[in-house]
Amino acid sequence: MRSLRRRRAGGAPDIPPSRLSARDLVSEALAGMLQRPARSALTGLGTVLGVGTFVAILGLTATASSQIDSRFNALTATEVGVRDTAGGADPQLARQVPNAFPRDADDRAGALNGVTAAGVFWPVPLGEAAAVRSAPVAGADGERIPVVAASPGMLRAAGLTLGSGRAYDSFHDGRAEQVAVVGRAVAARLGITTLESRPAVFVGGHPFTVVGIADGAERKPDLLLSVMVPRGAAERLWGPPDNAQRARMLVVTQLGAARQVAAELPLALRPDHPEWMAAEPPPDPRGLRSGVTSDLDQLFLLLAAICLVIGAVGIANTTLVAVLERTGEIGLRRALGARGRHITAQFLAESAAQGAVGGLVGTTLGTLTVVGVSALRDWTPVMSPLTVAAAPLIGLVTGVLAGLYPAWRASRTQPAEALRR
Amino acid sequence: MTGTRTAGPAGAPPVVRFEDVGLTYPGPPPVEALRPCRLTVRRGEYVTVVGPSGSGKSTFLNVAGLIDAPTAGRYLLDGIDTGALRDRDRTALRGQRIGFVFQSFHLLPHRSALENVLLAMVYNGVPRGQRAARARTALERVGLGHRTGHLPTRMSGGERQRVAVARALVAEPSLLLCDEPTGNLDTATAASVLELLDELHADGLTLLVITHDPQVAARGARTVAIRDGVLTEEAAP
Ligand SMILES: Nc1ncnc2c1ncn2[C@@H]1O[C@H](COP(=O)(O)OP(=O)(O)OP(=O)(O)O)[C@@H](O)[C@H]1O
Ligand SMILES: [Mg+2]
Repeated sequence: MRSLRRRRAGGAPDIPPSRLSARDLVSEALAGMLQRPARSALTGLGTVLGVGTFVAILGLTATASSQIDSRFNALTATEVGVRDTAGGADPQLARQVPNAFPRDADDRAGALNGVTAAGVFWPVPLGEAAAVRSAPVAGADGERIPVVAASPGMLRAAGLTLGSGRAYDSFHDGRAEQVAVVGRAVAARLGITTLESRPAVFVGGHPFTVVGIADGAERKPDLLLSVMVPRGAAERLWGPPDNAQRARMLVVTQLGAARQVAAELPLALRPDHPEWMAAEPPPDPRGLRSGVTSDLDQLFLLLAAICLVIGAVGIANTTLVAVLERTGEIGLRRALGARGRHITAQFLAESAAQGAVGGLVGTTLGTLTVVGVSALRDWTPVMSPLTVAAAPLIGLVTGVLAGLYPAWRASRTQPAEALRR
Repeated sequence: MTGTRTAGPAGAPPVVRFEDVGLTYPGPPPVEALRPCRLTVRRGEYVTVVGPSGSGKSTFLNVAGLIDAPTAGRYLLDGIDTGALRDRDRTALRGQRIGFVFQSFHLLPHRSALENVLLAMVYNGVPRGQRAARARTALERVGLGHRTGHLPTRMSGGERQRVAVARALVAEPSLLLCDEPTGNLDTATAASVLELLDELHADGLTLLVITHDPQVAARGARTVAIRDGVLTEEAAP
């Protein structure tokens, strides 16, 4: 039995203070939450929806942008396109400057740091009548095969691989020689099987010696379906490009140099009129990853925030009702030695647990949504670990905020009042 | 409760000592619910408090149970001057030295009998490991050893009040305060609860039982009457 005389002369008596251990707090809070499971589930719904929407939006955004990332491969990252925009809005200037790329465009671009290959190309404007034939005889129906004027640099930039023969070079180009490179399929259609006999194709009646047959064109596969002729010959025979399909340039750079090269190209090509050259760098991979940008995503995040607020109000309301309902219990606990702060802690822990459980369920549902949508679209689900870790915490914080007022009310309940019930 | 308290009430140390203790509710209008009074309850005594409704019995009990602080006089519990205590210490003292039994039981409806008894040990530092055994012992003491897992809602009124008594006993208080313990019970059930109180008294526990029923009051060795807030000792029978 305890000693009954603890009073010390003159001093405060030795009374061990009331306490509420963390374990007791947790089990009291869980018991409080679980004693009305249906009500707790309904109360938690707002938090579940809020956190679930939040996780799903961030997860889907991350997943979608990572799909763009994977399409954004090494090839496109090292490619710069240049368009000829001279006279874009001015038809007169367009007529005056039909081809803004200078003759030495390949060399000018190639001189830039980080450029591995560069070339100019355009579809040759052949009239309706002009066709590509394997013999000079007119009359027989020619094949409608596109003819592309491509500078020697273009053949390298396109990554042309030759099955037989060779590509034409700047010597042919400079002298406007009538030579051609054709794709494997085009060669077959024109009946060309070997280059030993120095075969020729006739474009609108002009003979071109086929010097090479291409098997592949890594960066511009559609070239394989055309007859490629040097720029010089094309200009001499058919003049500059048609205004509807002006010349373009393809520049291949080293990895990481594309954006810098794109910035320098206009001035390097046309120091006198850089505004005629529009260089298009590859999309910035960082830009692709910069998460939530679209208006729709922001709208959904707003909805998630609204759900969270509704969830918080729901928890606050239920906790307040519980505090009023459980006035007797509060009085009893005070009679059993609980301090006001123990009562605060208990109700705060209950609403926090409510919020945390809602957050956990919401995170699970949100993650399942992301996985489900990814499965439907054949995507690889991608989620930031931060999102998954932070989401239940958001629920917890919601619960704590919602519980502040009711818990404060509970601690203010006078035990004598409470026990009178 | 171990029967070691053999000292007769007359020579035993005082558990409750009221020195001109009074309580006036501030109002408005102010209600002098307990006029300044003197009272000493010694260890092992069984004192009943009688009085008509509204006479101030619950007020007296709240003061004795450290739930309300008196507005006049000095109250010593186990020799400790409670008026000098900070709120924190009053609360701790209440949890450790006083057991309450209420007319309306105040059991948590969603917790079993055992869990309700366990609650009395949450706040006053009983190690978790000892609690279940002590709660079981207390329930056995009140004759409910076979009902530990039952919910209060599935129990009779008498059983509920026994659970409440077990909860009040389990922390080994110096003083058991009962406010109308049989007020919600029929005569037969009330008798069994009163027998339990008699047994606890025989074990040496100090009891202060409030009632408006003269038959219940007669159970105590001493009876104190309250009328309009005035406390008077009745002549010993
Ligand atoms: N918080 C309070 N504020 C003002 N007056 C109060 C308060 N509590 C009780 N009273 C008054 O004090 C007086 C004594 O009340 P108390 O509850 O002690 O009576 P009681 O003897 O327990 O009555 P009953 O037998 O009906 O329970 C009553 O007149 C009551 O109205
Ligand atoms: Mg009363």
